Amino acid sequence: MTTATAALGKDLVGLEPLSAEQIRLILDTAEPFKEVSERSIKKVPALRGKTIVNLFFEASTRTRISFEFAEKRLSADTVNVAASGSSVSKGETLVDTARNLEAMRIDMVVMRHGSSGAARFLGERIASNVINAGDGKHEHPTQGLLDMLTLRDHFGRLEGLKVAICGDVLHSRVARSNIWGLTKLGAEVGVCGPMTLMPRDVRELGVTVLPRIEDAIQWADALNILRLQLERMQAGFLPSLREYNRVFGVSNDRLSKAPKDLLIMHPGPMNRGVEIDSDVADGPHSVILPQVTNGVAVRMAVLYLLAGGTPALAQSAGRAEDK
Amino acid sequence: MPTRTEILDAKAVGRALARMATEIVERCRGTEGVVLVGIQRRGVPLAERLKVLIDQAEQSDLPTGKLDITLYRDDLQTVGPRPVVGVTELPDLDGRIVVVVDDVLYTGRTVRAALDECADFGRPRRILLCVLIDRGGRELPIQADIVGAAVPTEEGDRVDVLVTELDGRDAVELVRGARP
Repeated sequence: MTTATAALGKDLVGLEPLSAEQIRLILDTAEPFKEVSERSIKKVPALRGKTIVNLFFEASTRTRISFEFAEKRLSADTVNVAASGSSVSKGETLVDTARNLEAMRIDMVVMRHGSSGAARFLGERIASNVINAGDGKHEHPTQGLLDMLTLRDHFGRLEGLKVAICGDVLHSRVARSNIWGLTKLGAEVGVCGPMTLMPRDVRELGVTVLPRIEDAIQWADALNILRLQLERMQAGFLPSLREYNRVFGVSNDRLSKAPKDLLIMHPGPMNRGVEIDSDVADGPHSVILPQVTNGVAVRMAVLYLLAGGTPALAQSAGRAEDK
Repeated sequence: MPTRTEILDAKAVGRALARMATEIVERCRGTEGVVLVGIQRRGVPLAERLKVLIDQAEQSDLPTGKLDITLYRDDLQTVGPRPVVGVTELPDLDGRIVVVVDDVLYTGRTVRAALDECADFGRPRRILLCVLIDRGGRELPIQADIVGAAVPTEEGDRVDVLVTELDGRDAVELVRGARP
């Protein structure tokens, strides 16, 4: 008997602890959820009566709204808690905040936090399901999953695909989730960016290091261009934005030298004219907006699977005992 | 040991479907505004077969759809094997006569879910339920309008409907003692 625990476990902390099979299960489950968002009544009753708290200790627009849409389209009841204006700003600890929420009988927590490992820490201490919506420099699993779903939509497969992650890999939880997820499913991952923004042990993650953006463009089938966090400049990682754009910016001029059309992805929010030129972001090979659409479907799949929506073997479909 | 008996062979399934097709047309007084909607998975090929039979007899081109009720089930919490979430693809249902097609009618819970899902897609003029096998054992006040064959069963039994599209052959089999 397949149970929810066997399918995904209690929490979604990252893609590193998941097996290829579990990642594939989430991506396959996301497929039918795409259609729910295309209906005129964008709602199914699957999570009716479940209470979900979106606990965001860091600013987020896209991810928080995407989770909220996913929750609402599954008929869950949702509450948003932002760190500012809550008891967190009065010095309450993370665990105390979560335990107080649990005392109000919640079922799931979606959390974004500035500290790496915060999601696992919380998941080990409360009974509710915890979903990591980004923790420090560690992982952002649902972003990794939606990137993989978008790649699979476009290429029909992930095996053997060459995906170059470009930019600030060092500080990027998106990069880490992409690297774990893609390599588990048989894609090749390259990383490209200034050496000051590369993790020292990056090769140990099983990726190809591409020192120049021109190399990435020659090598890859798809570019996943990371947002250059502007505060990195103050920290001395980069001399100037202009120079970054000149050396690493993805422009149509550079892309025209590619041996094939490259799929262009970006997790947002974009700095137009820094890591990506507007012509590229709005160009015919950009799937930046389809990524956002897929984000809702992937998050619905994760919520559904963690809530106990267990897919059995395909052959039992239609053989359900209670017709 | 569970025992398996064939209730309908391929020819009998064919005859039952032909009769159901005729009954659908009679009940709907023609094919005007009729939509055939199969419940995933085995209701879908059965709905397609009925469409072909009706279209041949009536020179019509009936719209068909697929309905996956997984997300409308009322038993997400209970432990047990559950089918994978399938695709729902429905034509316009507003003002139509929707014929919901499934392979087996048992507790009625699948049909309850299907009715809820239909309501989210539009407001049909009328909904008919058409099943190949009615095995009794209802847990909800739901009945079929058109039935291929009524098969009395006991609680531990299972009725397997096999269709060529998914199983390689057409047959209906009764498995006695499938569950303790």
